[in-house]
Amino acid sequence: MKYLKYLLAGTFFGIVLVKAQVISWFRIQEMFQLTSFHMYGVIGTAVITGIISLQIIKRFKIKSFNGEPIKVAPKSFDKGQIFGGLIFGIGWAITGACPGPLFAQIGSGFTVVIVTLFFAILGTWVYGLFSDKLPH
Amino acid sequence: MQHLLNIIQRPWHWSISGFLIGLTVPLLLLLGNKAFGISSSLRHICAACLPANISFFKYDWKKEAWNLFFVAGIIIGGFIAANYLQDGSDITVAAPTKERLANYGIRDYSLLLPHEIFEWSNIFTWKGRFFFMIGGFLVGFGTRYAGGCTSGHSIMGLSNLQWPSLVATCCFMAGGFLSANIIIPYVFKLFS
Repeated sequence: MKYLKYLLAGTFFGIVLVKAQVISWFRIQEMFQLTSFHMYGVIGTAVITGIISLQIIKRFKIKSFNGEPIKVAPKSFDKGQIFGGLIFGIGWAITGACPGPLFAQIGSGFTVVIVTLFFAILGTWVYGLFSDKLPH
Repeated sequence: MQHLLNIIQRPWHWSISGFLIGLTVPLLLLLGNKAFGISSSLRHICAACLPANISFFKYDWKKEAWNLFFVAGIIIGGFIAANYLQDGSDITVAAPTKERLANYGIRDYSLLLPHEIFEWSNIFTWKGRFFFMIGGFLVGFGTRYAGGCTSGHSIMGLSNLQWPSLVATCCFMAGGFLSANIIIPYVFKLFS
């Protein structure tokens, strides 16, 4: 079962999301009300860890476990990052969750977040419907 | 062993949490050359369930199935952490935020989310429409329009020193500040 490793990686990540409390609506309000350093500390440490890891992988040309050279596609700029970014940010503060935490909130027992997830899927679908008419 | 479990059950310092979240980036690259990103799973669900002949959803989503297993894992991990890895203490929230939330009628800090909002009984009230339906829609629409979310842009993109991801992250934050300080207080004032 070639996908089992991703299920386990997701399980690890889900545990960390809950223990980091980044799935907490309270923590998100604190972050955007600038009353606590917690979220900035978590995201900042995660980014620094990611930067160092990628530098090590690139410098030592580390291969993936199945022997492929590791490649990371660059991101290209379009206006969606501005308009979409603002729209997502508004939703992030309302729901207290970005997409990863939505799944973790459901798992940790807040089953009503299934409704939020359904509407997030609907939002993605509506974006797909109008994507070529939106400014990019 | 019991001692280790006790340590895990206590709230974690932000540096430990951040380090472990950051490690997910090399973990997925090593496991199978996969770029960390979660909002794509929402697109794959659309492509799998209701492509409706929309060109944005016409691609071989099965090639990206790993992403769906990853998010299924997140649900399992959330369940394990919430049921077995918590010590039952209240979440510590900054006093000025608690004061503002009290004005919204939110006073219970026993769980990670306030049950004054996140209850099934709220789904047909203004709270349900605002916090679940409108909020969820904005998250799904916005992340896809931005080409990624906190994981894809703010963690994976910034880790790879991509400036478009920095633009996206700044806009996520700007939207969040606007929402938490203007929109949410206004909506509470309007309805309660």
